[in-house]
Amino acid sequence: MAVVSGGTTLIDNGALDAGVPTGSLILLSTQTASASASISFTSDIDSTYDSYVFKFINIHPGTDWNNWFAFQASTNGGSSYGVTVTNTAFRPYHNEAGSQTGLNYLDSYDQAQSTAFIRLCEDTSSANADENLSGTIQIFNPSSTTFVKHYLGRSQTGISKVGQAYTVDWYGAGYFNTTSAINAFQFKMNSGNIDDGIIKMYGVK
Amino acid sequence: MPFISNGTTILDNGAFSASLGSLILLSEQTASASASISFTSGLDSTYPIYKFELINIHAATNDTPFKFQGSTDGGSNYNVTMTTTRFKAGHNEADSYYTLSYETGTDQGQGTGFQQISQNMGNLNDENGSGELYLFAPSSTTFVKHFMCRFANQQHAEQGYDDFTAGYFNTTSAINAIQYKFESGNIDSGTIKLYGIKDS
Repeated sequence: MAVVSGGTTLIDNGALDAGVPTGSLILLSTQTASASASISFTSDIDSTYDSYVFKFINIHPGTDWNNWFAFQASTNGGSSYGVTVTNTAFRPYHNEAGSQTGLNYLDSYDQAQSTAFIRLCEDTSSANADENLSGTIQIFNPSSTTFVKHYLGRSQTGISKVGQAYTVDWYGAGYFNTTSAINAFQFKMNSGNIDDGIIKMYGVK
Repeated sequence: MPFISNGTTILDNGAFSASLGSLILLSEQTASASASISFTSGLDSTYPIYKFELINIHAATNDTPFKFQGSTDGGSNYNVTMTTTRFKAGHNEADSYYTLSYETGTDQGQGTGFQQISQNMGNLNDENGSGELYLFAPSSTTFVKHFMCRFANQQHAEQGYDDFTAGYFNTTSAINAIQYKFESGNIDSGTIKLYGIKDS
């Protein structure tokens, strides 16, 4: 049965008609960490969408200090994660006391043709129950077999470090230097588990 | 009268009960050895924010930057006065160079030229740039029109860059068209999508 309004078909046989404008940010998957060693997305990353967005929300580490949230990609469906990447990293920061600010390129945290996991934030800690980080990554055309794959990332972290509490606004961007299709992503902490947090994957129509 | 399908109310009293989303695809254009890509419709007062997604933009000519400009006359002319900022983070594949710096030479102070949003990009087969550009309330006849752009791209000498460009079209005329092009040569390939972002 079709629903027609003003001559326009809105619903035909139970489905919204293509002429009805619908949203373009399509939720594909949600995963929730609970003392998880890693979270992997191994399906739905293909040529259906031109770009994919990950949103990571309230990521809380399971291990104290010198620990950060990171991600990598796979060209073999998740059998291994270690695609060659060149990227940049910088961040402004400010402490709660209002006495320290900064804006720095992070030469120690960027990568040049490296296959290591890609850092997405400042050091985090499990010491304080309310500390966490949230942010987003957008990756463009991961299934291309012609171009390298660019990504844009940004995260916001609240951390305690050397007796000070800071807000850190992290920017990371770069490219997976491969012409093979990327078809899986994995997120994990540098050390220990992801104690808590949600990661959502969207396709952008 | 509600319309119920398999126990779910889809339409109730003429309104959709289901969320239709807030990011609405308005237009999509694909370059193929194109001198430029122009969006001359869809930019009006329907949405408060418009977003362009720039995907796999590939230059036909080596060592040239990607640029954009606005129009107040539906695309007859692209030369709106702009004041802009630009900064970048960059890092090369050899790990011998990095930077976080303001781009003095490629910003504009009340300029009417096309605004650069990338480094001088390479044209090797796998080199390209991708990113996003937000344009706020382009149809306002009260305020200047702000934009923000972030663009990941490869400079021609095997360097990766994260380019940030922002500013405003310094006009109280409505902006109703946007054009993208390389400073030199064609857009060999690439896709640009225009979205409207609905009021929450």
